[in-house]
Amino acid sequence: MSVEAPELPEMVPSVANASKSSRPRQSLRSAFSSRMASVVVIVITVLWTIPTLGLFVTSFRPAADVESSGWWTFFSDPSLTLDNYTQVFGGGGSGVAGGLTPYFVNSFVISIPGALFPLAIASMAAYAIAWVPFRGATTLFFIIFALQVVPLQMALIPLLQMFSNHFSLFGVHIPTPDIAGTFLPVWIAHTMFALPLAVFLLHNFIAQLPKEIIESARADGASHFLIFRKIVLPLSTPAIASFAIFQFLWVWNDLLVALTFAGGSPKVSPLTARLSQLTGAFGSKWELLTAGAFIAIVVPLIVFFSLQRYFVRGLLTGSVKG
Amino acid sequence: MGAGEGTTRVLSFDPRSALLAGVFQDVLTDSGPKFTQMVAALVGFFGVLILVLLLAARARGRAQTPLAIVIFVAPAVILLLLGLILPAIRTIVLSLYSDDVPATFVGGSNYAWIFSTSDERAILLRTIVWIIVAPLASTALGLLLALLIDRMKRESVPKSLIFLPMAISFVGASIIWSFVYAYRDPSQPQIGLLSQVAIWLGWSNPPNWLLSSPLNNFLLMVIMIWIQTGFAMVVLSAAIKAIPGDVMEAAALDGAHGWRLFRAVTVPMIRGTLVVVVTTIMIATLKIFDIVRTTTGGNFDTQVLANEMYNQAFTQFSVGRGSALAVVLFVGVIPLMIYNIRQLRKDRQ
Repeated sequence: MSVEAPELPEMVPSVANASKSSRPRQSLRSAFSSRMASVVVIVITVLWTIPTLGLFVTSFRPAADVESSGWWTFFSDPSLTLDNYTQVFGGGGSGVAGGLTPYFVNSFVISIPGALFPLAIASMAAYAIAWVPFRGATTLFFIIFALQVVPLQMALIPLLQMFSNHFSLFGVHIPTPDIAGTFLPVWIAHTMFALPLAVFLLHNFIAQLPKEIIESARADGASHFLIFRKIVLPLSTPAIASFAIFQFLWVWNDLLVALTFAGGSPKVSPLTARLSQLTGAFGSKWELLTAGAFIAIVVPLIVFFSLQRYFVRGLLTGSVKG
Repeated sequence: MGAGEGTTRVLSFDPRSALLAGVFQDVLTDSGPKFTQMVAALVGFFGVLILVLLLAARARGRAQTPLAIVIFVAPAVILLLLGLILPAIRTIVLSLYSDDVPATFVGGSNYAWIFSTSDERAILLRTIVWIIVAPLASTALGLLLALLIDRMKRESVPKSLIFLPMAISFVGASIIWSFVYAYRDPSQPQIGLLSQVAIWLGWSNPPNWLLSSPLNNFLLMVIMIWIQTGFAMVVLSAAIKAIPGDVMEAAALDGAHGWRLFRAVTVPMIRGTLVVVVTTIMIATLKIFDIVRTTTGGNFDTQVLANEMYNQAFTQFSVGRGSALAVVLFVGVIPLMIYNIRQLRKDRQ
């Protein structure tokens, strides 16, 4: 890993504030003129948002209208209602008291720890690998990094067994506490799966903190714990915030881990799992399905729009030459 | 809702409010304990963590650094061992055993089943088509958008809107597009956008889109492309902007414009990023499970590898076969990741 000056956060442009390079645009004649490019982009953008718009509009239309006419006719003959949302929250027709509300709550209860736990563990590991010299640090980092290769599917079946009663490998049989049906399995699973990427991303950032600050603190006799608490954590807040948001959205939107470790019961199952089930049962009740989907989408949308810069920064940290 | 309490009252208030009031009460009784659990878990976890860090900070002398290493690194190592490494090994072992209980050692017969059964082979082939079409289309579209948006004055709005689907879950996107693909008999008014557009364009009897193989597969890939193009666009846009100004200027002075400029200068400069983007989307597509599961459930000849693995392992409880499918998926991901990682490291050199 190269140790460069810590320009990485600044160099990474955000979606909202793209930093223009110094390329002289005026001297470039291109196939597309600026205005034509704008038109094409605007057309594509409008087409891109139409499906989402359809969902949004439909969720506010009365059931009878949704059955009998396309949502695009809404604009010529508008009739709004909050009935669908009331139904969805109130349980009408979905067979569960409180409708989607318990699942909505579950999504929060799963996602918040699901973002914070891996953060804490990964930042500690990233700091140690970056700034505490020990033999095997590079190998350890490489192994953790390489574990990103392992798809979740490779771990699901044994983990499910482990969370229910036991873990056995090559004849070694270890009984484990039965925590199935609580939030613990899904929290632990998300934490485990997030670690390889989390350690990689946070290490990327922490390794590029100014050497002088940390080394002078060591020279002053500060313990590693003090340095971690007073120097590394505060300086790493941008990376940690980016990752926290990224991870929160990832866990909120996840279906596979949710279905495997928290599936079925409204006690623990999140929105994604429930909605995925409902598409089968509800196939034709579009007004309810769209309202439910929109509720599931609204939280990521809010997070995305208000925290865009951090979100994209986190995304780009791993992918672009830094 | 309170049993029977509201029904005997003669009132004229909106039944909706009664419903919501009852719901509100239910929600409180239901979510109170849940949030308490969450807070307890957070407090417990961070409490223990802070305690351990504070106590360990008191250590002095030779033991200090080794102690720090252990405390900082052990949680991650233990979790990864228990959560990824050992389970992965176990899954490989499970794939060599039969599905019944007690399981017997069957060697490679689960794998033989995958590669010789025509249904399973079709699933593999279909998955391969997915990982070729979706990533290439997303990257191409993302590149086009990155180049075009680069010329605009106000970039942020179109960029945000095109990137937006990435923030929506695969499940949400699948519902959005299932609605677009909704089918009604042509004699009835249409509610699905695609059917309506088809009728407007003169197609008098558009099919039931999601049921029509092989078209339905490509319609599902559209969902993936809709989601991933924003990612490709954002990353490629950053890469394009990172091309040094003097390189572009020199090329322009040499007479390269438009398409030639693109091919001779831009593409080679961002080649590394292009590879990373394509392989990243390929890996994501290989693992794709949510889209197929939510739209067709894998029926109508749309089944892909990751969904089939889930079905075999958790719906049909065929642990041996499910594990074998997981291993096949793993083996498929490895070369992509190696290529991805090599390219990333090359970029950093």
